Amino acid sequence: MAAVILSAKALVRSFGGLRAVDGVDLDLLSGEIHALIGPNGAGKTTFVSLLSGRIAPDQGQITLAGEDITRLPAHLRVRKGIAYTFQITSIYPRLSVFDNVALAAQARGAGNLKAEVHAALLRVGMAELSNQEAATLSYGHQRLLEVAMGLALNPRVLILDEPTQGLASGEIAGFVALVRSLVPQTTVLLIEHNMDVVMDLAQRITVLNHGKVLAQGSPTEIRSNRAVQAAYLGVDHAET
Amino acid sequence: MKIWILHIAVLLALVLAQLVLPPYHANNLSRILVLAVFAMGYNISFGYAGLLSLGHALLFAAGMYGAGMLVHHAGMPALPALIAGGLAGGAMAGLVGLLALRTAGVSFMIVTLMFAQVGFLSILYFNGVTGGDEGIALTGPQRQILGLDMTQDTPRFWVALILFAIALLVKLALVQSRFGRLMLAMRENEERSRMLGLNPFGIKLKILVISGVFSGVAGAAYALLFGYLGGSFASVQYSILPMLYVLLGGAGTVLGPLLGAGLMFYLVDFTSGLTSAYLMVVGAALVVLVLFAPKGILGTLRERWLPWLP
Repeated sequence: MAAVILSAKALVRSFGGLRAVDGVDLDLLSGEIHALIGPNGAGKTTFVSLLSGRIAPDQGQITLAGEDITRLPAHLRVRKGIAYTFQITSIYPRLSVFDNVALAAQARGAGNLKAEVHAALLRVGMAELSNQEAATLSYGHQRLLEVAMGLALNPRVLILDEPTQGLASGEIAGFVALVRSLVPQTTVLLIEHNMDVVMDLAQRITVLNHGKVLAQGSPTEIRSNRAVQAAYLGVDHAET
Repeated sequence: MKIWILHIAVLLALVLAQLVLPPYHANNLSRILVLAVFAMGYNISFGYAGLLSLGHALLFAAGMYGAGMLVHHAGMPALPALIAGGLAGGAMAGLVGLLALRTAGVSFMIVTLMFAQVGFLSILYFNGVTGGDEGIALTGPQRQILGLDMTQDTPRFWVALILFAIALLVKLALVQSRFGRLMLAMRENEERSRMLGLNPFGIKLKILVISGVFSGVAGAAYALLFGYLGGSFASVQYSILPMLYVLLGGAGTVLGPLLGAGLMFYLVDFTSGLTSAYLMVVGAALVVLVLFAPKGILGTLRERWLPWLP
């Protein structure tokens, strides 16, 4: 079995009276594609925000390759190799595609910016758009730019928050191939609503519901899990 | 390449201007150049990094008093005092930044404004040392820079131009460097920057200190070149002026502050000859600007025709 690269233990985070993340354990194995699914409001985005350091946990522990990073601020976690791509596209709209990716590359101290940026853009198939202003890109290209910025960080763990949201079906096929090409050098944690993508890509799946882990296992195990069916489809549907 | 040619051409045009302009206007140009250095400093933090400060008068005054007091009380020669003024501006910016950068947006404006008011009132309060309202006039022997006499128009112009040229080229190199890209990143999307592994607080603090050095040098030069330091230079007016210069010329453009400072200087000069209500005319001009060219003159030029303009 591969080594655990990123591990969350008993993470808790409340907003007011709501326990958005309520004692979640998760081990990411080095080189796997791990999907995190669950109904809306299950706590998926809060959970990965805890992992990436965008918000602080109330309780629990996060370790990266054995090192405790629970108290580390977000930007230092990124430098240690945890990259996060935003659910709502977050790029530098008024800068060129090149500058967007260059910021990621220079943030980790890349030597040859031109070459590194070009390599990252080639992987997402956007090399010829290098000089275009990011705001003028199509939505699909903006999503890919977001991923290219993540790649330029050379991360050990790449957290993709709903990356295929709003993509056309043709773009999704290309995206699936791209994510598959990232492993095993990079470990991918994928939050995704599109079940075809999840079942196609993920080696393991964790299902969150009401801030707790409902189930964990291979795609086949998850598909046949009745609790998961109930959470997604409602108990009545599952029984009929 | 054409970028450097353009900026060197501007500097050469300024050399030429000194040779052909009548003394009155050549003298105005000296003032405009020093004010443009101040505006460039403001532009670094506001135009490129999006830090809307209302307290840059404090940094200008830190340089002005940092240099002027050393000359007046300690008898320091003008050139080291000029450097000390730049350091004072940078140090003050760092101090204010450590606290003010914990805020953003409107709160940042208010906090910087308050710090500047504290500086202004302190200058008035400690009038035994600072000269308070009346200020301090520097004497001729105190105003010699590298053997050049700052009481004379022509050498004063050359010193102003050299300072401006250094500031312009440093700024040009800065905005084209990797750090220049970080400055834009702070303006465009701070949260994304954090998630790229950048530390926004540290970067913004550096930007503010650089801005403070520019402002401080400008303040020190103003005192040494024109022979006077006074509390009015720390008033809120001197926080607003660089903002107007930058908005008029084009925020986030290297040459915008020079253009803005020059135009605004002559707008005030011209209209105050016509009417005592000249500030109304200036105000009207600014309203027109905001309505029809919100990106300023060079910002609009860049958007329409010159996308390569830094």
